[in-house]
Amino acid sequence: MKIADSTFGSKYHVDEKGFYGRFGGAYIPEMLFPNVDELQRNYLKILKDPAFQQEFDDLLRDYVGRPSPLYFAKRLSEKYKAQIYLKREDLNHTGAHKVNNTIGQILLAKRLGKTRIIAETGAGQHGVATATVCALMGLECVVYMGSIDIQRQAPNVARMKMLGATVVPATSGSQTLKDACNEAIRDWINNPVNTHYILGTAAGPHPYPDMVTRFQSVISEEIKKQLLEKTGKANPDYVMACIGGGSNAAGAYYHFLDEPDVKLIAIEAGGKGVHSGHSAATTQLGKLGIIHASKTLLMQTDDGQITEPYSISAGLDYPGIGPLHAHLYETGRATFLNATDEEALQAAYELTRLEGIIPALESSHALAKLAQVAFKPNDVVVVCLSGRGDKDMETYIRNLPGNTGGNV
Amino acid sequence: MSNRIDQLFAGKKTGVLNIYCTAGFPELNDTLPVMKSLQQHGADMIELGMPFSDPLADGPVIQDSSTRAIKNGMSLKVLFEQLKDFRQQIHLPVLLMGYLNPVLLYGIENFCKKCAEVGVDGVILPDLPMDEYETEYKPVFEQYNLHLIFLVTPETTEDRIRKIDTVSKGFIYAVSSSSTTGKDKDMGHQQAYFERLNALQLTNPVLIGFGIKDKATFEAAASHSNGGIIGTAFIRAIENTTNLDTSIKEFIAGVKHN
Ligand SMILES: Cc1ncc(COP(=O)(O)O)c(C=O)c1O
Repeated sequence: MKIADSTFGSKYHVDEKGFYGRFGGAYIPEMLFPNVDELQRNYLKILKDPAFQQEFDDLLRDYVGRPSPLYFAKRLSEKYKAQIYLKREDLNHTGAHKVNNTIGQILLAKRLGKTRIIAETGAGQHGVATATVCALMGLECVVYMGSIDIQRQAPNVARMKMLGATVVPATSGSQTLKDACNEAIRDWINNPVNTHYILGTAAGPHPYPDMVTRFQSVISEEIKKQLLEKTGKANPDYVMACIGGGSNAAGAYYHFLDEPDVKLIAIEAGGKGVHSGHSAATTQLGKLGIIHASKTLLMQTDDGQITEPYSISAGLDYPGIGPLHAHLYETGRATFLNATDEEALQAAYELTRLEGIIPALESSHALAKLAQVAFKPNDVVVVCLSGRGDKDMETYIRNLPGNTGGNV
Repeated sequence: MSNRIDQLFAGKKTGVLNIYCTAGFPELNDTLPVMKSLQQHGADMIELGMPFSDPLADGPVIQDSSTRAIKNGMSLKVLFEQLKDFRQQIHLPVLLMGYLNPVLLYGIENFCKKCAEVGVDGVILPDLPMDEYETEYKPVFEQYNLHLIFLVTPETTEDRIRKIDTVSKGFIYAVSSSSTTGKDKDMGHQQAYFERLNALQLTNPVLIGFGIKDKATFEAAASHSNGGIIGTAFIRAIENTTNLDTSIKEFIAGVKHN
């Protein structure tokens, strides 16, 4: 594994100051300076240490179950008239790509001598992945989660508790992912010495976007190898991924960023429609701003107040987007589409019936746009199936066509 | 060019009382009445909060005041409107404190120009990195005679404090403990930190903030610096008041006298 490939200088990688083009940086209050500075100065050194890489690789293989399969989805391919492969991050231990990052960060936290771990979570997948690695390493774990998300992702709340984490409801603002992230940052300000913040997506202050991207880059590293084996060509024609903050997409794109033939498609949460007033499609609705210490595209009012986003999917319900993705959007390197709640639900039902795979609601947003891209029959398309749908069963059953609300 | 903050510290070296209040709080049009009462009852400096939806460095009390002020209709545009003629009545130094996002959207140059126009003396933007200020914005702030005040915390290294001292103007805001605003961390533990700061002999005056809520805590802060900043306790004192002026009078009396 080459998690610490130094790619400074490439147009799509972070620069020495933590920027992707004009996006990124670390807009932190002084109270966070020592923590963030410590990470900035140490993360590449630690990631490059062969002993660290070995430990990371071993855990990904034996504990997470990597490599995750690259599955040729035959019936889906027939329907959309292309060669569609699913990168099965849903088969990872804990059920999503999030664990790739939490394994990396817990090893880093240990090397920095931290004894207490905090995290934010939206869908609860990152919270579960964090609680899991804390149990594994015997570290204290506090997870912040919006009150609304605590309700809509109840199975994951139960899992975190069983794993020994304290789940703290974030009751301010929209009571979703953004607010959970605010509370985690406030916790870090109040506990500056012993605590590491395991941020769960490719957002936040530098070095988080780059660090999380590197840990997730195992996704595209494996895709390349697996595609070569299966098709004789390492590069697909398309890579498609959903975007909340952008970690599964960043990982799925990473080794293709500098391969212009590979078309990158990012799918944001359209909610009830981009212009319905209930959406989380940041690139469509956002302007340059600062959220969670990163300069990026941000949904905000004309007065610079952050807007409360909306999506049926807790993991995509975020008014910003990681700085790498803002840069990919602005440079045109990636194409940004969005899927509505309804489209995502239908895509989930479709994958379930065509392939026998129940996807996470987040991943369903990516699947929903297979219908919108004009593929050629021989195009090789990789969709990052970022997670499994167990946590979303209640939503799926409630919205099942023909369900009138009775018992199931 | 002289600045009211510098004038204040030129004449008063100890016990400077700076009070923070969120603009447009408790009601939209209370901004000016609050300032008038603060001036009349003995505050030395006023820090007006520019409310932001996601104030990362603030605890629940100031968060709630910001949410309420935004609901009241407060914005930078409205604030500058309210401050248009405030210098006819207020002679105290006035700072604006807030987060970078609304200011960026307003435009840094526009913002500085407006501050100068209405008579604001200084600005606190905790999430504006010092490097970026130095390389991009310092000339603009200086052109409009606006002091940008930086924070230091108990975890800030001596090298960095010295660097902050060279970049800051007006005074340095020493955060009493590593915390968000309104946390009741025991100020007694900060003794060593205050003494360390004192021993550095910084060129800027130092005001201590976070956790100051009454006479005892104010005096503890003032004995190690040029004075203190009170926010959360003041917001609490006026959030449910039926008589703003009386509450402010009593609050300041409680901090300054027995
Ligand atoms: C399964 C799954 N996919 C995607 C996401 C979105 O996050 P990101 O954009 O960081 O991949 C989440 C977030 O909770 C998730 O649980």
